[in-house]
Amino acid sequence: MPNTTIEQLEDVVIKFAGDSGDGMQLTGSQFTNNTALVGNDLSTFPDFPAEIRAPQGTLAGVSGFQLHFSSNRIFTPGDACDVLVAMNAAALKANLKGLKKGGIIIANSDGFDSKNLRLANYPDGINPLEDGSLVDYQLHTIDVTKMTREALKETTLGMKEKDRAKNMFVLGFIYWLYNRDMSSTEDFLKEKFGKKPEILESNLKVLHAGYHFGETVEAFATRYKVEKARMEPGTYRSITGNVALAYGLIAAAQKAQLPIFLGTYPITPASDILHELSRHKNFGVRTFQAEDEIAGITSAIGAAYGGHLGVTTTSGPGMALKGEAMGLAVMLEIPLVIVNIQRGGPSTGLPTKTEQSDLLQAYYGRNGECPMPIIAASTPSDCFSAIYEASRIAVQHMTPVIFLSDGYIANGAEPWRFPQSSDLAPIEVKFKKGLDEGEEVFFPYQRDENLVRPWAIPGTAGLEHRIGGLEKQNITGNVSYDPENHEVMVKIRQEKVDKIADFLPLQKIELGPEKGKVLVLGWGSTFGAIKSAVLELLSEGHEVAHAHLRHLRPFPKNLAEILSNYEHILVPEINNGQLIKIIRDQFLVDAKGYNKIMGVPITKSELAVKIREILAQ
Amino acid sequence: MSTATITPQPLTAKDFATDQEVRWCPGCGDYSILKQVQTIMPGLGIPKEDIVIISGIGCSSRFPYYMNTFGMHSIHGRATAIASGLKAARPELSVWIVTGDGDGLSIGGNHTIHLLRRNFDVNIMLFNNQIYGLTKGQYSPTSETNKVTKSTPFGSIDHPFNPMALAIGADASFIARSMDRDPKHLQEMLKRSHAHKGASFLEIYQNCNIFNDGAFEAFTEKSSKANETLFLEQGQPLVFGAQKDKGIRLDGFKPVVVDLNEGFSTSDLWVHDEQDFYKAQILTRMFDDPRIEGHMPRPFGVFYQAFRPTYDDLMTAQLEDAMNKKGSGDLDKLLAGKETWVIR
Repeated sequence: MPNTTIEQLEDVVIKFAGDSGDGMQLTGSQFTNNTALVGNDLSTFPDFPAEIRAPQGTLAGVSGFQLHFSSNRIFTPGDACDVLVAMNAAALKANLKGLKKGGIIIANSDGFDSKNLRLANYPDGINPLEDGSLVDYQLHTIDVTKMTREALKETTLGMKEKDRAKNMFVLGFIYWLYNRDMSSTEDFLKEKFGKKPEILESNLKVLHAGYHFGETVEAFATRYKVEKARMEPGTYRSITGNVALAYGLIAAAQKAQLPIFLGTYPITPASDILHELSRHKNFGVRTFQAEDEIAGITSAIGAAYGGHLGVTTTSGPGMALKGEAMGLAVMLEIPLVIVNIQRGGPSTGLPTKTEQSDLLQAYYGRNGECPMPIIAASTPSDCFSAIYEASRIAVQHMTPVIFLSDGYIANGAEPWRFPQSSDLAPIEVKFKKGLDEGEEVFFPYQRDENLVRPWAIPGTAGLEHRIGGLEKQNITGNVSYDPENHEVMVKIRQEKVDKIADFLPLQKIELGPEKGKVLVLGWGSTFGAIKSAVLELLSEGHEVAHAHLRHLRPFPKNLAEILSNYEHILVPEINNGQLIKIIRDQFLVDAKGYNKIMGVPITKSELAVKIREILAQ
Repeated sequence: MSTATITPQPLTAKDFATDQEVRWCPGCGDYSILKQVQTIMPGLGIPKEDIVIISGIGCSSRFPYYMNTFGMHSIHGRATAIASGLKAARPELSVWIVTGDGDGLSIGGNHTIHLLRRNFDVNIMLFNNQIYGLTKGQYSPTSETNKVTKSTPFGSIDHPFNPMALAIGADASFIARSMDRDPKHLQEMLKRSHAHKGASFLEIYQNCNIFNDGAFEAFTEKSSKANETLFLEQGQPLVFGAQKDKGIRLDGFKPVVVDLNEGFSTSDLWVHDEQDFYKAQILTRMFDDPRIEGHMPRPFGVFYQAFRPTYDDLMTAQLEDAMNKKGSGDLDKLLAGKETWVIR
């Protein structure tokens, strides 16, 4: 065995890139799980095309999985990569600009044959692996296909099936390079292919072949190790945003002692919530894959009317279709959780790419005066507590609530110090049980001190009543076209939502001074980039602070005061400026925007540049 | 208040009426339908609080306001989808859907067919008046071709839906037709709809005396009813006519009208079998325009009834099964997942 030294690193960003059929998402998620078990802090960014199988070998077909892991706390998947695994020429071409100078390229030489080079639009006769153009990088070329076939030469599998195991070779090799124990992936393969012993055997064989290749080949003199991160003590697991969201719903339902009903229609990038929830029927979860987006939300309205925690999940275009039914839920004043995993729009837009461009839709995208509370999650694991909060507000304030996440945090993973069920705040829900003493007639729109009307579900004797989408008479709930009454009701519905602010925590400053030069005000998935950039600037002694909004409607009560404490307000968003419009409208502050609309997250470095620009003013 | 000594009084039709003034146009067929529903409800033996009536938008959809049960007047076309969610969540409730030809077949057509194929145990009452009443007189998806309305001054060029054929095409497990002007028959069909375990699709011909008066005259007026209608009865030959002297016979797959005074007897006739899926399709296709020479009479009654599992029962069974196999969900186990690590 050649001599290899083991080098300690603090921070690594690795990107697995290949054709959409190459299994890069699986490779990435396996390496992520393994990284989590090592105890590194981590953050991932899966990035894949909308087409299930885009033309093989083309730039459009490149699927990538970026993983950032560290022995320090980290908050983003990293701006640039240290290591790029390129399964073909297109994967190299599409990702080279994101690789640090001096970074490692591990290239599958079989993916650089003349056909692949042509498909990746390299000029005739040019092969970047051979023409010296990669001289600034540490290039390692491996014929993964040949090695995989070699490892499987004694099996009876067909060539196509053999080649499918290529990603395991790469994974095994990377495990060697980062000095990892592979048992998590071995267990995964055993579970996945337990019923197909031949496939299982070949995957394991190739995985090990990749690892042994690292040991035997002379080219790699250094192996790397990233120590456990210095994170808060506790028990951790790895979690993606959509799974955390599904768990948050289950937890909220358990705490509220309500069954869950999810009415939904499959749409990227929200479908994983349906997939996850449908597995947990033993928690009293009913999942209903409806015929369309409208039936998704309206069936959930029916279930909520019947006393369930009604939920519907979707993404931008589906949100547009649900608009009218959201208005009905506002009129009915029943609890409902509406989840929008935002993606690039308008129309079908960029189905697999991230964007924060539905905030204005959530605020204003319905007919009539139609206020609804809006909550946004900021990281994958934050989806858990944020949806828990959304569910609590829905059932305690008898209102539909909009929950905003996006493709970036929905698919991204990070370590999660998960709570114990006993740590979760109780959610008290009261159904009206019947007519109270002295109450002769039930008035469905009689409100309590928080303007909340009773949840009176079918099956309760004495409470038979009719509700609907027509304007109601205050208190009785009877249909009313009276002009004064309509104005009263519009104001009541608004006040009811505004009053929720009385039950929200005050906005805190995430980082930095309470008063000062610049406040970076964010919402949603920009959290990690803002936090990292502000940390960097603080360490250089600048007067910069970070506040991140979870509650977008109503805003926390102290937001106006916070905004008045800084000379400049910067609002970074992955859209053309949406929160900034609302902030300017409601608080009359001269906030500035930093906007990126490329279907990818904002990076720490570009944001730091922008903040420096403002500091220099 | 002590309840022990009070024997519950049987409910009456009046118990199902609300204090809301009924606001349909005078002479509207909806009044009769409301009355028949209020009449049969007490006899179903269901407590009022367990009955939910859900409607969409349109004249018919005002119905819930006049029924002293739980009710929801929702949005256009979506009553079927709302009812699906409610029934999935609360299978023990008796859920009734009130919809119209516009609400249930046009804007809400998609939900109607999917509810039928899933076979939720609910009752759909589709009030068909072949016109848009609430928007003041545009043609509907069941209006006849060439119909002159506000939106079709030169006559409609749309081919109309055949609601019964649509329902059986969606694999409805119970389809029946009745009319506002035959209270006894309508009551009977409502009771049958309720008794059916599964999705019941009851089309009710309903006269809109303002925008489409007389649309069903041929079937409802004394002078023509006997000759233009064919009332289906289980196990009985298909006989019709004022003198009960006409019948339907099958010539291969083709129904033909025969005269019982001229060489045919009832034993030659098609005998109605509600569970015959193939013959039910033929019945749904007996949909001729009564103005056309040589047309078939229009069938009324239960065309078809099948017994297959309901969505609500299957969903409940899956939940119970998961509960039995995995035990009641343990939140802490779920949150921890399979792989964890500890930072000290």
